[in-house]
Amino acid sequence: MFIKILFRNVFRHKLRTILTMCGIAVAILSFGLLRTVIDAWYAGVDASSTTRLITRNSISLTFRLPLSYRDKIRRVEGITTVSYGNWFGGYYIDEKIFFANFAVEPQSYLELYPEYLVSDNEKDVFLKNRKGCMVGQKLADRFDWNIGDIITLKGTIFPGNWEFQLNSIYKGRDSTIDETLFFFHWDYLNETVKKTKLFPMDQVGFYIIGVKSPDLTAQAAMAIDNTFENSLAETLTETEKAFQMSFVSMSETILQTIQLVSLVVIFIILSVVVNTMSMSVRERIGEYSVLKSLGFHGWHICALIIGESLVITCSGGVFGILSTFPASKAFSAAVGTYFPVFNITLETICLDLGVSIIVGVVAGIFSSWKAVTVRISEGLRKAG
Amino acid sequence: MALLLFYSFRNLLTRKVTTALTASGMALVVFVFTAIIMLAEGLQHTLVQTGEHDNVVILRKSAESEVQSVIDRNQASIIETQPEIALEENGCKLLAKELVILITLQKRGSDNPANVIIRGIGQRSLHLRPQVKIIAGRMPKTGTLEIVAGQSIAKGFKNTGLGKTIRFAMREWTVVGIFDAGNTGFSSEIWGDAEQLMQAFRRPVFSSVIFRLRERSAFQTVKQRIENDPRLTLEATREVNYYRKQSEMMATFLRILGISLTAIFSIGAVIGAMITMYSAVANRTAEIGTLRAIGFQRSSILLAFLLESLILGFFGGCTGLIFASLLQFVGVSTMNFQTFSELSFRFSITREIAGKAMSFALFMGFSGGILPAMRASHMNIVNALRKS
Repeated sequence: MFIKILFRNVFRHKLRTILTMCGIAVAILSFGLLRTVIDAWYAGVDASSTTRLITRNSISLTFRLPLSYRDKIRRVEGITTVSYGNWFGGYYIDEKIFFANFAVEPQSYLELYPEYLVSDNEKDVFLKNRKGCMVGQKLADRFDWNIGDIITLKGTIFPGNWEFQLNSIYKGRDSTIDETLFFFHWDYLNETVKKTKLFPMDQVGFYIIGVKSPDLTAQAAMAIDNTFENSLAETLTETEKAFQMSFVSMSETILQTIQLVSLVVIFIILSVVVNTMSMSVRERIGEYSVLKSLGFHGWHICALIIGESLVITCSGGVFGILSTFPASKAFSAAVGTYFPVFNITLETICLDLGVSIIVGVVAGIFSSWKAVTVRISEGLRKAG
Repeated sequence: MALLLFYSFRNLLTRKVTTALTASGMALVVFVFTAIIMLAEGLQHTLVQTGEHDNVVILRKSAESEVQSVIDRNQASIIETQPEIALEENGCKLLAKELVILITLQKRGSDNPANVIIRGIGQRSLHLRPQVKIIAGRMPKTGTLEIVAGQSIAKGFKNTGLGKTIRFAMREWTVVGIFDAGNTGFSSEIWGDAEQLMQAFRRPVFSSVIFRLRERSAFQTVKQRIENDPRLTLEATREVNYYRKQSEMMATFLRILGISLTAIFSIGAVIGAMITMYSAVANRTAEIGTLRAIGFQRSSILLAFLLESLILGFFGGCTGLIFASLLQFVGVSTMNFQTFSELSFRFSITREIAGKAMSFALFMGFSGGILPAMRASHMNIVNALRKS
């Protein structure tokens, strides 16, 4: 009976209710998208492994470390594999077209990153070909690259035109893995640097280190940094998570702005729903007084109004959640270069629902105030 | 006309709560829109202000920023011989060979690391940048391990106040001064003697050469000569353009973010206005009938209701703008993706932004009000009068 009344009341004013639902759907959609953008920012952090360490020059990432550190690092207790690489920072055709590209030691790198799935055949060709490169599935799709293509990158840090042959395309183990990366042989970079004499040779940008078990990481990191203390190139070693996190925290301001904005959305919906509900209540003051004179209590009335606003917000919320999926596909197509991993998490959906419920309850409480406190005699005057 | 305006206005006043709620929804949208556009504007403004129009920056070809650029001593000396370089009164050339390096420092208040620019300066660096002034302490002496910190750095990072020492590149550096570079990128830099920094970092090359032009128009000549010289692999850019380019990516990102967000939000606010206006029309059916009966035209009724929602939009716009303009007193610091280094700037508002925000608010009012106003103007007089 109660539920029936709620639904009947909701659709007494069809246009108004439908408009309000649309408003909520749009707001929940934007709230969900914003949450997904924030998650996308942390994708690198979430995808990092607990058994990998990153060592870099303690001055900053723009300084390199000698290749000779490799063997010293390997001697530290608990370490299984040491790989190394450089941020190459090249661009394809136009400098505005961005994707990350690295020169790495391929054999050990692929050992450390089992989440990049490559067929054995392609992997062998890539490892043997010094000018070979390996790219992610999404990147290959973006430029329509196929195995065997010659790709030319223009260097910004290491000047010149660099030619690569595409030997393998990797896929991520699941949807949280970045499939937009470009890898090539570190030896190719080093040999070329040797010829041009622009930079000192045998210098690597970072070491990636595999550790036996997660509880050895802190100890191993300390041991590595102690080894190179007071040398010409002091190191800073941290877990992969912390390393990725340091990038996220650099753009913290923007993240905070987005978080603030997603709170503002909630207030925008709230103002729309409160407006609708208080209109409905104003129109029905007479009815509520009739109910009161029949012996219904204030909280009965309150429940009716809150229930009604919950029906509106939750149905709007569900529509909003459903439309988040196609919207996020479109959004990720538009800004895919900024966010290689763009997935809607279960947490986001739960938050969407939570927001719908909270807004419904708060709006109901706000607007039922008048109906609950009005004196019966006064309210009945409005019954016409 | 005045009567109509008055009628619309009084109608809004009779239903205070609804008016306030609808206008505040719009105000929030306008606020978000203005704030994000102000952020992009502030970033761009700061970086564009950093450059002087008559200064030329020389970088290695294909380097996108000073950090990536390498210029060896020979090449730097060849640049020094160009005749278009301005002279000071004492006959010295207004040219500085500089070194730009990124180091990681800890922010105050949180332990987050951030990349900070350290600029190795020459004797003339300060003369090339008239906006930089020492506000506490003094400039570093040549040949010593002394540094000066920009104001934003001194405020935002640990151990960078006057008299403090920072350890990097295996040496202790003393902060002997704080400089203020106004609202420019230099405020987010640390300066020290280029030769000392080169030794410490073991980088025996410069990053960039900056000089002042003798005449503004000589830029093309000197650019061509430098870029066609077979001994050099360098590029010349006007300093203003160099810094503008450094802000493009980030500003574009913020603008896209702001516009796409507010496009979605505005739908919510427009719907709020629509609900309000539809119920205003429904509540005043009898009034509309009366107005029509005493001879008001359909168009006047349309105009009256449209004005009402435009006034709503105007209120919302004003409120949003007032709150957004308060943001000007807030400083922000974030990493510029393009230079990979920390930059402090302020939200900045221009007439253009205020105009855009206001027209956006009025547009929301218009799109929320047009359908209900049409409904009001198309009512049948007799039926409308029955409602009383």
